[in-house]
Amino acid sequence: MSDKPLTGRATADRQPHSLAAWRRLGGGAGLALALKRHSPEAIIALIEAAGLRGRGGAGFPTANKWRFMRAGAEKAGPGACYLCVNGDETEPGSFKDRLLMEALPQQLIEGATIAAYAMGATEVIILVRDEYRAAAAALSRAIVEAEQTGLLGRDILGSGFDLTMRVHASAGRYIVGEETALIAALEGERPVPRHRPPYPAVSGLWGRPTTVNNVETLSAVPSIVEHGAEWYQGLSHTNEGGTKLYGVSGCVARPQLIEAPMGTTARELFDLCGGIRQGRALFAFQPGGGATAFLETAELDVPLDFAHTKRAGSSLGTGALIVLDDHACPVAAIGRHMRFYARESCGLCTPCRDGLPWVAKLLDTIEAGKGTRGDIDLLHQHVALSGPSGRSYCDLNTGALTPLRSGLERFGDIFAAHLQGSCPVGRA
Amino acid sequence: MSLSPAIRTAIAQAAAHHGGPKAAMLEALKLVQEAEGWVSDAHLKEAAEALGVTTAEIDSLATFYSQIFRSPVGDTVILLCDGLSCFLCGGDAVRDAVMSRLGIGFGETTPDGKFTLINICCVGGCDLAPVALVGPERKLVGPLTADDLDALIGGAR
Repeated sequence: MSDKPLTGRATADRQPHSLAAWRRLGGGAGLALALKRHSPEAIIALIEAAGLRGRGGAGFPTANKWRFMRAGAEKAGPGACYLCVNGDETEPGSFKDRLLMEALPQQLIEGATIAAYAMGATEVIILVRDEYRAAAAALSRAIVEAEQTGLLGRDILGSGFDLTMRVHASAGRYIVGEETALIAALEGERPVPRHRPPYPAVSGLWGRPTTVNNVETLSAVPSIVEHGAEWYQGLSHTNEGGTKLYGVSGCVARPQLIEAPMGTTARELFDLCGGIRQGRALFAFQPGGGATAFLETAELDVPLDFAHTKRAGSSLGTGALIVLDDHACPVAAIGRHMRFYARESCGLCTPCRDGLPWVAKLLDTIEAGKGTRGDIDLLHQHVALSGPSGRSYCDLNTGALTPLRSGLERFGDIFAAHLQGSCPVGRA
Repeated sequence: MSLSPAIRTAIAQAAAHHGGPKAAMLEALKLVQEAEGWVSDAHLKEAAEALGVTTAEIDSLATFYSQIFRSPVGDTVILLCDGLSCFLCGGDAVRDAVMSRLGIGFGETTPDGKFTLINICCVGGCDLAPVALVGPERKLVGPLTADDLDALIGGAR
């Protein structure tokens, strides 16, 4: 029994297994158990007991989401219900789902099949970003193999459960990873977020009950069913179950993906990456991707799970740790993020469409040593006006301004030094 | 030149596979782009007709997605990541080198039509930063140095 349920079966060169090889490695056991021994409700109870929370960034309890869907399906009556797999991983610093889709497509397909059975979905659509062509190809091949061997289609493993699955390759835009924009994308609409309510579990794809789950979340499901909730909980260092696929990048000696117990600390992860590169010192890190607040040396021993990271003033997000050393200017770093978010805004809401390019330009000016006190005041205003709700349809704007908010709070002296034309930490 | 019968057939198949003509619009654009390198006004209109949707509907997607090219691109498209992780690993030096070698900026194509350089958001290769996606297969290359990219460009020339 592996202590790495997500990546334990991946090969070093990330080449996907054939279905036969996957089975020789023990793959498929979770699905067989799910369909033969458990009712859908029992699987949801198992996922709840395991403490699985969504790995796409928000950390919402997976079992609750699946229950909403069952209730939505019951209310909606006969007809298709959808599970959409979010494989549009575009957040700066995130590279975990690429591995899971490229190297372990059967594991994701198995997890999605169990999830569909549990929540009452009749069709699974895996949306993969265009830049992950190897992943889309691996998944498409694995789906065909599964169909040919009775693992997808009609009467799966003689259980009476029918399910279709297909891959939808996107074409490059960060916003497609937002839940409602993803649904719009699959309908052929311009992929901009939609207002909630109605929530997708009530009215999602084509107006039917729909659940959107992240690749990592679903990839954890087969092993939970196979080995049980207690085993999965036991893998974690905290009371949030299981393992987490942490991605460490930036100023470490060996940037890499690490599957480790949920609640592993940044200190432990950085040590596994050979420490801060070139013998330099840690300056700051974002624990969960581009849209999360900075943490510093004082927070190196925070267990990185959803609750502890939040208590420390940031969020676990996707578990994508971006590391800045003491030669990396935070003004330049935040500016990079801001250019990304400004470019990737779908343009639907004013704070995002007009606000973010303005912020990016202000940061460029300050980075170049040409800023004024008034520019810093404007940045504070942008941050203050980026409400978490009511001002825009989705969280892109709020998320985009999170590193700026955090940077202004923690590194105000460095912003101030830039106004005098100098950068105390220097460029990366 | 009109879209080939093979592409028209593939577009019809996409409509069946994706649950209807509207849902297949993006796939139709990608099929056109795969065959032609980019999506011209004329081909956009033909794709719309093949699906039975309006030109405006399909153009609303073509102008939204960053990997649908509405103007001609070079034989080899280099998508250079400008995310933070790449920046922290020396991405700016690679960017400057490739721009200098090709004599173009982001969004531009070399006069001989061989290369187009585009900046792209984080491509999920942060462990290999700085990275680029190169060519029709969107092959991930990294960690890049200025010399690596020079060799890549030189090899293709």
